[in-house]
Amino acid sequence: MSNADARPAQGHIEVKDFALSYETIDGAVAAVTETNIHVKPGEFVSIVGPSGCGKSTLLNAVAGFLKPTAGVVTVDGEKVNGPSAERGMVFQQYSLFPWKTVRENVEFGLKMRGMDRSQRERAARTLLGLAGLEAFEKHYPDRLSGGMKQRVGIVRALATGPKVLLLDEPFGALDAQTRVIMQQILTNMWQRLKISVLFVTHDIDEAIFLSDRVYCMTARPGSIKAEIPIPLERPRQQSMMMSSEFLALRRGLMSLIREESLKAMGGEINDLAMQGLTIDLHGHSLADVL
Amino acid sequence: MTSSALLRREAEPAAIAADTAEPTRAMPTPALPARSASAMAARWIKLNKERIRALLLGTISLLLFLVAWHFLTKYRVVFFVRFTNVPSPLAVHASFVKAIHDPHFLMHIALSCRRIFLGFSLAALIGVPLGLVMGRFKLVHETIFPVAEVLRPIPAIAWVPMAIMLWPTNEQSIVFITFLGSFFPILVNTLHGMSLVDPVLVRAAQCLGAQERAIFREVYFPASLPHIFTGLTVGMGVAWVSLIAAEMISGQYGIGYFTWEAYSLVQYADIALGMITIGVLGLASSLLVRAIGKLVMPWGRT
Repeated sequence: MSNADARPAQGHIEVKDFALSYETIDGAVAAVTETNIHVKPGEFVSIVGPSGCGKSTLLNAVAGFLKPTAGVVTVDGEKVNGPSAERGMVFQQYSLFPWKTVRENVEFGLKMRGMDRSQRERAARTLLGLAGLEAFEKHYPDRLSGGMKQRVGIVRALATGPKVLLLDEPFGALDAQTRVIMQQILTNMWQRLKISVLFVTHDIDEAIFLSDRVYCMTARPGSIKAEIPIPLERPRQQSMMMSSEFLALRRGLMSLIREESLKAMGGEINDLAMQGLTIDLHGHSLADVL
Repeated sequence: MTSSALLRREAEPAAIAADTAEPTRAMPTPALPARSASAMAARWIKLNKERIRALLLGTISLLLFLVAWHFLTKYRVVFFVRFTNVPSPLAVHASFVKAIHDPHFLMHIALSCRRIFLGFSLAALIGVPLGLVMGRFKLVHETIFPVAEVLRPIPAIAWVPMAIMLWPTNEQSIVFITFLGSFFPILVNTLHGMSLVDPVLVRAAQCLGAQERAIFREVYFPASLPHIFTGLTVGMGVAWVSLIAAEMISGQYGIGYFTWEAYSLVQYADIALGMITIGVLGLASSLLVRAIGKLVMPWGRT
């Protein structure tokens, strides 16, 4: 899908010479170092990396929850100084307000902006309709399934018309089937709204399937190990996940992450030493199994 | 996600549509066609089995209690404890019938309820906001908490002499003691609720443009409500304990005073009547608090 001509000039994320460290009694501990990333207006960019690599830290800094120790985060040239409705966020834990109905959750951002009741009710209904949730507008989140909760979470983040959408492993808690559906829904919404997306995940398939570009991070302290453009054409179909192109990208990313995950686990496993082992596991050597 | 899962999905691309495929607890289960009133009654009984059983057992247990009480007093059993002077349930019933036509008895009840209402309301009106503010602002917490911790273990009854000195009228000192009794459970539970507010919800609100005041009103307060109501329920119970003690020691009028006076006047049936009245009033006020809680928190989870 070539929507280059229709792309808005809004939502350009720029993270420059970024570093973030925590103060502890033993001194500063670096979580993220020397990181440069950007998201062009309307682009879908993912960050993948081994667990604990600081990808969520980076996202939280873009959201404005964490202040960088060095470097700067800007959106459309404006420095990020704290959380704001300009940057919508979707959390892994859904984070819907349990005391508000589905519609009240979606209305929240509009209410904060001072929109009057009937207007924001209408806006929320329209948005919920787009996500196939109109029948549940009066339900409390407690009564929704995980996938529905996260759909509400995404709709709520989009309701205020943010410049960028930040997602922190939004589908991590969902089962595989629901996750595929959610990916499709997110793609549809993104294509319709042409909003810039920064998406954090540890799922390589998800990152490739959704993104225009993928950043791969190193183990802690995190920095950018590689930047991989995803040239797969859009709209993307599930069938693409079996294409040689997809699988090649997957293999490449997989080996990058594997390297880093092993580092994160504290030292690399010595493959040579493994080959010396003669433990028989149903006809496979331990080295093969690992 | 596994690629095998994706493969499975591939076979049915139509299922991708947003509103299919996801089972939810919210969907109404299709009702079986009811053939007759008797079938419906049978279904109702099946569905409410647990409740019916609880109700039945509860009634039986109460009846057994009355029967045991009746025989213990009828035969004036002396077995470690002495039932010699204990009034029988029938005697208590007789004094109850007499009492409900006696404006004095009703006035005792009305006065106790008034004291509870004043003391408890004051405790809630001060305890809840104070707890919210202490939970939100560390400086306030660090300043006030030590004083609260020192005063908290002192039972309200121990305040009686001090209360009589502090307040010009007897009435005020009794309300003060009722207030003290319910104040600390309310404060402590509100604080507890504030400490458990999910920080992710605060972040979510900030991302949607909420400022400090809105976050307090829309996140901290509703998130703490379940614990606030726990505090109110506990506080209501302690309020009655404190009130009765205060009425017995320093009171004129009130149901606690009535009970104590009955003992002094050797009207044994009235002692039991006073006690049962206190029990019923305490239960009713706790139920009232709980009902208000349900009304205020329709999202459940209490």
